[in-house]
Amino acid sequence: MKVVKHSFDGVIVGAGGAGLRAAIEAAPHMKLAVITKLYPTRSHTGAAQGGMSAALANVEEDNWNWHAFDTVKGSDYLADQPAVDILCKEAIDSVVELEHWGLPFSRLESGKIAQRRFGGHTVREGEAPAFRACYAADRTGHMILQTLYQKCVSMGVTFFDEFQVLDIKIDDGVCKGVIAYEIATGDIHIFEARAVTFATGGFGKIYKVSSNAHSLTGDGPGILYQKGIPLEDMEFYQFHPTGIYRLGILLSEAARGEGGILRNKDGERFMERYAPSIKDLAPRDMVSRAIATEISEGNGAGPNNDFVYLDLTHLGAETIKQKLPDITDFVRTYVKIEPINEPIPVQPTAHYAMGGIPTDVNARVLSDATGTVLPGVYSAGESACVSVHGANRLGTNSLLDIVVFGKRAGQSMVDYVSSTKPMPLSDNAAEDLTNKIENLMEKNHNPEFSVPRIREELQDSMEENAKIFRSEDSLEKQTKILSNLRDRYQNVTISDKGKVFNTELLEAIELEYLLDMSDTTVASALHRKESRGAHSRVDHVERDDKNWLKHSFAFKNGDSVKLEYKDVELGNYEPKERKY
Amino acid sequence: MDVKVNILRYNPETDRKGHWEEYILKADPDERILDLLHKVKWFDDGSLAFRRSCAHGVCGSDAMVVNGENMLACQVLVKEVSTPIKIEPIRGLPVIKDLVVNMDSFFDSYKKVMPYLINDDEPGERERLQSPEDRDRFEDTTKCILCAACTTSCPVFWTADTYVGPAAIVNAHRFVFDSRDNASKQRLEILKDVDGAFRCRTAFNCTSACPRGIQVTKAIEDVKRETLTIN
Ligand SMILES: Cc1cc2nc3c(=O)[nH]c(=O)nc-3n(C[C@H](O)[C@H](O)[C@H](O)COP(=O)(O)OP(=O)(O)OC[C@H]3O[C@@H](n4cnc5c(N)ncnc54)[C@H](O)[C@@H]3O)c2cc1C
Ligand code: SF4
Ligand code: FES
Repeated sequence: MKVVKHSFDGVIVGAGGAGLRAAIEAAPHMKLAVITKLYPTRSHTGAAQGGMSAALANVEEDNWNWHAFDTVKGSDYLADQPAVDILCKEAIDSVVELEHWGLPFSRLESGKIAQRRFGGHTVREGEAPAFRACYAADRTGHMILQTLYQKCVSMGVTFFDEFQVLDIKIDDGVCKGVIAYEIATGDIHIFEARAVTFATGGFGKIYKVSSNAHSLTGDGPGILYQKGIPLEDMEFYQFHPTGIYRLGILLSEAARGEGGILRNKDGERFMERYAPSIKDLAPRDMVSRAIATEISEGNGAGPNNDFVYLDLTHLGAETIKQKLPDITDFVRTYVKIEPINEPIPVQPTAHYAMGGIPTDVNARVLSDATGTVLPGVYSAGESACVSVHGANRLGTNSLLDIVVFGKRAGQSMVDYVSSTKPMPLSDNAAEDLTNKIENLMEKNHNPEFSVPRIREELQDSMEENAKIFRSEDSLEKQTKILSNLRDRYQNVTISDKGKVFNTELLEAIELEYLLDMSDTTVASALHRKESRGAHSRVDHVERDDKNWLKHSFAFKNGDSVKLEYKDVELGNYEPKERKY
Repeated sequence: MDVKVNILRYNPETDRKGHWEEYILKADPDERILDLLHKVKWFDDGSLAFRRSCAHGVCGSDAMVVNGENMLACQVLVKEVSTPIKIEPIRGLPVIKDLVVNMDSFFDSYKKVMPYLINDDEPGERERLQSPEDRDRFEDTTKCILCAACTTSCPVFWTADTYVGPAAIVNAHRFVFDSRDNASKQRLEILKDVDGAFRCRTAFNCTSACPRGIQVTKAIEDVKRETLTIN
């Protein structure tokens, strides 16, 4: 295999919102490369729809403390409150900065940035839904991604597009660089770099029905986990209430922010029973549970009683066209329904990873549950767990997270690079990886052990046993299934033996990350004997602050998972019963 | 139902030129063309190469020629196209493998038009103001996902690959008509050039190809007209 060597001060893995924001911060101060397996503008940040929250108070009175309160309460008190304060306080400047860089936000008559309501965001600590989400129609993520990329183009940032990072080099606890695979040629590239940021996004592809892109396979967390770095709070995976039935394509909460209503088969607005004060705008974990409960009690619609309706018919054609053009187009394209006249069949869809690579508020990766920093390694965006989302993220807080903590990752890289000297990486640094690839290339193909078969079983079983409601039984069962899939993965084979655009090879490597993400999710969920946020145990239905007000850290321990715990950092808000 | 799919295959490591392969697939009429490609790749021939990510028409990865027309494979359903379904790579860019083309020159053209906001005035501590009407003037062209469906459907681009192409002009339009931008003149100078907007012969292929429903030809006309206002 051809091996090419590069030398940089810093490397950012991933060019979604978090990676690009980090790059803008770091590029002026070091020799920097951004490596991305997709063209930057194809990152899944571009799929985000509804908005990005900041207490701009453009529509009504607001302040960042209320935003912080909502975020902490939404997190079911698992978020670290000092980190939440940073998120909500820096939100305001972050939105303004994006506007200055050209982001075409929708506007109010006054010319200010338009803001809309979103689930779980309230004024005066729960009084009424707040107009806090800054938006650009229902393509806010697209505009953020485009604007950040445009800014990078204007700055001349160096990109390696369609290069997939497959390994990190850490010697004696110090970061030395990463190894990447050039998709178009099959060449291996060694990137010497003493500062490395992982901004590789989420891993929704562990489930069958998901709003996530095919590319979201947990690469960053997977690469670090295999090196012994723990993953934090993996049991908390968010299911968004309104995915298009069976397809999982997301219909943003903005639809409900603009007045959309969920209805069961009898047309009843069932959220009135589950969250009397804010109803359809309750946080996602609650709404998804409500839908799952309606379905299990026989109130779902359709021949199999397995979906509910999202009703937009009372909003009027003009509002739909102005404020929700894309998502209503998805419905027309994929379901052939006109949402102006007919309610839309929806079901919860796997959406967002609250858990991930543990970091401090400066995006520095932690190598254990006591807060030890791993020098030179950073993470931001959905791949990281700071934790600002705790057990349940509020809508619009992720687009915020990627810019606030993306920027901090860039700053930390600058601090580190300016206070350290280059560290050489040996010419045979890619050996482990080339061996692994050659091994896969040499094995004869056996369809029994093909990637799609193992992956399909993984996704189907995770969907069945580790979704919205979990129990000791379902999780024990899933643990066995995963161990069996892991055994089969040891024999995985591929049919394409070529060098050029061998995406079958890459899917085989990604499948290992999916298995790692699933193992840690299931093990963390099995150990947590309480219900909190997105983690609902039918056999432990209460939240248990006495024993479980802590973050879980899942370590790789041979083929199994070892768990350790760290106390939540509290602040202004004492844990209270969570009612809306 | 059974669906017959013909795919133009090319592997640079084994083939001298492209050839058609036929596949008979079990498919549901509501499935996407992308689902068919996955069926081939996952359960028949793992070496089939194509790009994809989001699978619902927002990332711009999978523009290809289906039954002679440019579209995103993830945005068109089996029941919407006639069979046999013929799938080829987009035209005018070098093929790397199967349905994957080299995008370098496409992104180079995009970068030529300075696709970023240029305004050196001190913006102040809060957002710049922009009226909803001013914001509306460039709404259509903000939607571009750089999929290249427009540029690779353009007969002028096929014969003159130095032409910046519709996608670059769309991205120039997005800034030229943004009231906050101060560099329209520089961009329009670039687009006045021989390889700029006046190469367009209003064939309208681009507009029908655009999966985001952008009025591409109209945007090009707007830019041409604006070019005449600078001297
Ligand atoms: C449909 C949808 C709608 C959403 N709407 C909203 C919303 O309205 N508001 C909100 O706040 N949040 C929303 N979210 C969540 C939010 O969009 C995401 O959490 C966020 O955009 C993630 O950004 P990121 O930069 O971390 O990752 P991504 O944007 O996913 O980028 C990941 C990057 O990593 C690269 N990469 C991955 N692995 C590798 C590798 N091995 N080597 C090299 N590169 C690699 C990819 O190429 C890509 O560039 C939404 C999410 C979805 C799915
Ligand atoms: S204008 Fe339309 S067709 Fe052209 S690149 Fe943009 S989204 Fe694709
Ligand atoms: S896969 Fe993203 S546009 Fe088709």
